[in-house]
Amino acid sequence: MAKVVFPDHLLAHTGGEREIEVAVANYRDLLTILEKRWPGVREPLNKAAVAIDGQIYQDAFLEPIGADSEVFFMSRIEGG
Amino acid sequence: MAEAVDYRYVGTSPVRPDGVDKVTGRAQFGADQNLPNMLHGSVLRSPHAHARIKSVDVSKALAMDGVHAAVSGADFPSVQSGEVGGEGGGDVADIAKNVMARDKALYHGHAVAAVAATSVEIAERALDAIEVEYEPLPPVLDVVEAMAPDATLLDDNCFTKNLPEKPDKPSNIASVMVLARGDLDAGFEQADVVVEGEYRIPMAHQGYIEPHACTATVNEEGKATVWCCTQGHFEFRAMTSKILNWKIGDLKFIASEIGGGFGGKTVVYLEPVAVLLSKHAGRPVKMVMSREEVFRATGPTSGSVCRVKIGAQNDGKITAAKAWLAYEAGAFAGAPVMPGAMSIFAPYEIENFLVEGHDVLVNKPKVAAYRAPGAPQAMHAFEVALDDIARQIGMDPLDLRMVNAADEGTQAPYGPKFPAIGFKACIEAAKKHPNYTKPVPEGAGRGVAAGFWFNIGMQSSAEVRINEDGTVIVMEGNPDIGGSRASMGLMAAETLGVPYEQVKTYIGDTESTGFCNVTGGSRTTFATGLAVVQACEDIIAQCKSRAAATWGMDDDQVEWQDGQAVPAPGVNADVSPLSLADIAASAPKTGGPILGRASLNAQGAGASFSVNFGDLKVDPETGAVEVLSFTGIQDAGKAIHPAFVEGQMQGGAAQGLGWALNEEYIYDADGVMENAGFLDYRVPVASDLPMIDTQIVEVPNPSHPYGVRGVGETPIVAPLAVASNAVRDATGVRINDLPLSPPRILAALSND
Repeated sequence: MAKVVFPDHLLAHTGGEREIEVAVANYRDLLTILEKRWPGVREPLNKAAVAIDGQIYQDAFLEPIGADSEVFFMSRIEGG
Repeated sequence: MAEAVDYRYVGTSPVRPDGVDKVTGRAQFGADQNLPNMLHGSVLRSPHAHARIKSVDVSKALAMDGVHAAVSGADFPSVQSGEVGGEGGGDVADIAKNVMARDKALYHGHAVAAVAATSVEIAERALDAIEVEYEPLPPVLDVVEAMAPDATLLDDNCFTKNLPEKPDKPSNIASVMVLARGDLDAGFEQADVVVEGEYRIPMAHQGYIEPHACTATVNEEGKATVWCCTQGHFEFRAMTSKILNWKIGDLKFIASEIGGGFGGKTVVYLEPVAVLLSKHAGRPVKMVMSREEVFRATGPTSGSVCRVKIGAQNDGKITAAKAWLAYEAGAFAGAPVMPGAMSIFAPYEIENFLVEGHDVLVNKPKVAAYRAPGAPQAMHAFEVALDDIARQIGMDPLDLRMVNAADEGTQAPYGPKFPAIGFKACIEAAKKHPNYTKPVPEGAGRGVAAGFWFNIGMQSSAEVRINEDGTVIVMEGNPDIGGSRASMGLMAAETLGVPYEQVKTYIGDTESTGFCNVTGGSRTTFATGLAVVQACEDIIAQCKSRAAATWGMDDDQVEWQDGQAVPAPGVNADVSPLSLADIAASAPKTGGPILGRASLNAQGAGASFSVNFGDLKVDPETGAVEVLSFTGIQDAGKAIHPAFVEGQMQGGAAQGLGWALNEEYIYDADGVMENAGFLDYRVPVASDLPMIDTQIVEVPNPSHPYGVRGVGETPIVAPLAVASNAVRDATGVRINDLPLSPPRILAALSND
């Protein structure tokens, strides 16, 4: 099961749950599962970045998620 | 750690291809575009820092001879809240209201109306004829006072975001954010020493030399062409499209050369106004900001208040860290406090921490990005407190940082585990550096600090065209601020295996090349470089296929070596290698012109770390600080053009030292900036600084074919704390706030 962690500013959308475990093949499917679990969560998640196994994606889509993967949602980074 | 690779062109430092045009004055900057029948636009700006706009009447201005258009907020469409995409500088509805105020003026200098006239002088006189009725309101200028429950509100509809439940009352706190891990109380209980302090830094400007400027023309079909100085013409097009409710396809943006940006040219100010004025007038309109307008009405970086508490053991191990950050957003939400919160502890492995950040509205210009936005303020506070920890436990400041240094596998404070990073390598390099091993000069003090920035990827496109003689054209869409033409050319030459001198790189407009996000976020060499490399690989695949067809082989029987197609090992063929020039010459017979392309959304921008140190001397009579030496050490992954990487490190150091020692927005009680010019807002000039010494550390980023990490932003982070820590070392007095200007230092010395 992949570990999925939400930052503090998204907890209002996850019923306060900070960490869950999910069996999922890729990021697209993860969002589908999360949206079913917490209707409406897709929109703030689409505005977030996500780190899958240490790799940060500003716009993830079909990135694979393995059974031992760690998935962290985080704020998007901009820059100067 | 990946092994170093020797390249033929990557890692060399040729003269920049745009250099001659720039030093001879041929280069066209934002204000250099002129068109027949062109008008000149000027902006009427609010004399109040906070006021309701009861009415705006432009009729008398419009009736003046020579005035051909006048607009105010009522002429702009209502804009729905939303993102621009990429780096937009906040919510597009807020950007629209920042471009032209509607019902409220939210800072002194906020645009209220604009005119276009046959001369600048007539336009300026026409502004005097515009009648605006204001209802002045008390300005909110202090970030902590703005957070008070009874503070005057900038926006009655601003309800603090990211709280568990929507609050009952509006507030100037636009949003809060929290990062936490471990048990803070238990961590502080384990500490042998605890240091805490409050650190204030005022707003500071990016200091780009070229003021914002653009020229717009709208033709009879209602299609606009806009020339402007920008860090990202595709995003300027998108913002203008949303602010004016025009189709993107009706807007063409052409980026001029750019005289610096550093994040300040990632958001529109003039462009939608110029387009609207041109549409109304039926003639081209040029708009050029004065330096004073740049200071009063464009985005600096946030002023901040940071409170930090660190607990550590006598062996240097940090047991707990706590930070409270309040950043000025200016007139609209969007201070870079989240990246500040995410970066403050990033160089270190800390088990127990808590960071609380606050994005706070004040009656000052809406902030814009500035190199590593948000990181310098927060990391200054932490690196200064860390210096005090080192003093209390009697530990070398580099050793203290090494004890706690993040490494591959460390869980970053913002979530994921770091891949290969170069922080420890930077500390080791600093420890051995001759500038560090030599004694501190008599009367001076030495400061040490670390820096960090995430870096980003985002979307890029590139096309590579092979001319008939085998020379190469690279076309991409990122304005060249830091020498990216040369870097793209070097990567193309290396990948194709042709001499760098055979490659020319061009910056296309929004209709002649594919979409590219801004030149910012230290992304261009990484992401657009990746697109260039992939476009070159597309060329190579095509060339191999054409060579195979020429030789009567299968594609997989051909390899590309040193810029030539050759039979693969084991393929027995009596043929001569075909160079790029050979294949280009026969292109009509093998399929026509050779064109490679790539578009991508680059992921895996590797984080960049730095260690800086410097020796600074304080004149006890005047309070003036002299920088005797400064050394920047930074992980660049792989320096494609080492001289430009060094230039980024030196420029960031100069900006960071200026911010630390002199730069600040000074406001009077009415919210009027008192030093809106480079005479009174003092950036360091060449005579103020020594040569900045640099050492490039190269720990390759595994996500880039040449190992590139962004390098443009990290260099500004550490110098602030280096200056503070050096002044502390020199004087024995800790001054928490910046800038360390002569009056502040004299006051601190006299109080000691």
